[in-house]
Amino acid sequence: MWKTLRQIHRAGIATELPPSTDETLRVVAALQERILAVLGRALCIRAIDAGSCNGCELEIHALGNPLYNLEGLGIRFVASPRHADLLLVTGPVSRNMEVALRRTYDATPDPKLVVAVGDCGCTGGIFGESYASRGRVSNVIPVDVTVPGCPPSPRQILAGILTAISKTAPTGSASRGRA
Amino acid sequence: MQDWFEQAVRHSDAQGAAPIAGAHNAWELAVTGEQWRQATQNIGSGGGRLISLWASRDTGGENLVRAAFAADAGVLVLTLRLAGSQSHYPGIEQTFLSASRMQRAIADLSGLHSTAADQRPWLRHAAWPAAFHPLSDATIPDQTVPPVTDDYPFVPVEGEGVHEIPVGPVHAGIIEPGHFRFSIVGEKVLRLEQHLGYVHKGIERRFTELPLLEGHRLAARVSGDSAVAFSWAYCQALEGMSVARVPPRAIWLRALALELERLANHLGDLGALGNDAGFAVGLAQFSRLKEQLLRSTEHALGQRYLMDLVVPGGTRVDLSPSGADGLIDCIQSIATEVETLRAIYDEHSGLRDRFVGAGVVTPALAARLGLTGLAGRASGQGFDLRCDLPWDPYAELAPNKVVRTDGDVAARVAVRFDEVAESIRLVRQVVQQLPEGGHRRPMTAAAKGSWGIGLIEGWRGPVLLYLEAGDAGKILRCHPHDPSWQNWPVLEHAIIDNIVPDFPLINKSFNLSYSGHDL
Repeated sequence: MWKTLRQIHRAGIATELPPSTDETLRVVAALQERILAVLGRALCIRAIDAGSCNGCELEIHALGNPLYNLEGLGIRFVASPRHADLLLVTGPVSRNMEVALRRTYDATPDPKLVVAVGDCGCTGGIFGESYASRGRVSNVIPVDVTVPGCPPSPRQILAGILTAISKTAPTGSASRGRA
Repeated sequence: MQDWFEQAVRHSDAQGAAPIAGAHNAWELAVTGEQWRQATQNIGSGGGRLISLWASRDTGGENLVRAAFAADAGVLVLTLRLAGSQSHYPGIEQTFLSASRMQRAIADLSGLHSTAADQRPWLRHAAWPAAFHPLSDATIPDQTVPPVTDDYPFVPVEGEGVHEIPVGPVHAGIIEPGHFRFSIVGEKVLRLEQHLGYVHKGIERRFTELPLLEGHRLAARVSGDSAVAFSWAYCQALEGMSVARVPPRAIWLRALALELERLANHLGDLGALGNDAGFAVGLAQFSRLKEQLLRSTEHALGQRYLMDLVVPGGTRVDLSPSGADGLIDCIQSIATEVETLRAIYDEHSGLRDRFVGAGVVTPALAARLGLTGLAGRASGQGFDLRCDLPWDPYAELAPNKVVRTDGDVAARVAVRFDEVAESIRLVRQVVQQLPEGGHRRPMTAAAKGSWGIGLIEGWRGPVLLYLEAGDAGKILRCHPHDPSWQNWPVLEHAIIDNIVPDFPLINKSFNLSYSGHDL
């Protein structure tokens, strides 16, 4: 127990603050307010691998590490599409996953956002379209934001998520979740 | 040379085994159908291990079935030529159980059927018609009809109180898709049956559309967590076919990259395993160390994940002096912290309770089922290509092999800890002894009809890549093989008699690839 506590203390808080001159600071500071305004609660993301090589998943995972500390921003990954506001989809969409992706999309309540992650999710990437691949995510479900990269860095993925949120109007259909 | 090898060679009557051009300690033996069966039995009883099984079609349009085996003496590729319209070949799943799914995949992709009893499709679900064989038929059928889910015939388990839990393909975490069908009584698992193939995206056919000198990019994306292993295997095969001389510095840089890849994956897994056993501190600490390593890797070699480092003829970039210094500093701090964290993991009663005795694969079962790589070494299968058949520069690096015999989650955790320490030593050694000189030489594409293999011990286990040159510098056939093919079926055994809530932990302790398997 003491060893564990000592290690936690020694490691300290690794979470990085965005640089003070960086515009992202303003965005991040305003983000929680924005999420609350849009959703009335934390942003819930459901990640779907629709055929990726697993490279993008590794970087999505990294968002949870203490340096990016995604949960500290009020964003978390959920286990069911029924709990999700946003789908983070990696591709290319394999034909064997097409039905599962559509069903997951349909199971996500409106209003919903879709962020396609990685070159393959954006364009089909090196795999393209074939007898086994439908290519880009938008060939199968509507996409709001695309994040290119092979794989994109955690910061790029985070920027994509933030972009999707800031595109959403805080009024109108987005009143779900407010008491 | 070992008995099995000699036996296999002797059985070929007049024709002996021929060395595979450019490959290290590897031979090819052409056999007839009867010799194929006899040779595989000899290899099995002599302790040889099946590395991969695949089909190809030569430039004359004739079908070939090939199997690669490894033993201490080297690698033997058996080649069975199917005459004319022959579409059946003798299955080898009686001797090598892991061959079963590979044979089903060959039937799906190439239309060649083994004599095995299990003829269910494996990689083909319902997205394309059964009559279409992507690696044999040029014309893609009309796919404008919307896909339907097929009704895969799982093996039913019956009895009082037995019920099924279907899981996937979309899983609850941030992981790859696949389907698991549990048959359980209470919370105890009677049987697990996997249904994979969801991320099949046509990689092998896609290879045939690429020039030989560009295939390494696709190879690196067979399984994103093993980018270096697959791209190195690709380049090893291609360079062997072209008799290209790769600069020594590039060979050492590739080894550096391979060990960094092993380190990153092991650190990530150690954190995830702590988390799956309810110890969130472990995930926080190890994911922090992994992030530090990835940033240091990016500074040193240009990418967090080295998807494009290994290229034909060398490496894409060189290691800069500041990158080297950064890596050494980073490795040093990781070494110290991992030591502390290991003591915490070893002494934490909650972790021990979950790790010890969970998901046991005994050495005898592991040998019977052909468990390989990291998971194999946790079950007494002491094979590591870096030590057994060391390719350059591993003979000089002389890694220490890590073997445990308990075969449980705790053993797979311990192997990772030991291999982290060893890889840290290797990274340090490579950076300090890196040969001077260039890091890349220009290459020309291999001649039509030539073929080769690449064989690399990735972090998960042995990665094999078969490459054959076609017309005009194009790829005729490329078959990448991930060790997950061998280990997925063993996971079905490891979970028997464990409770359902332990499945995520046991599954993670293997951490097998879906994409590398589904292709």
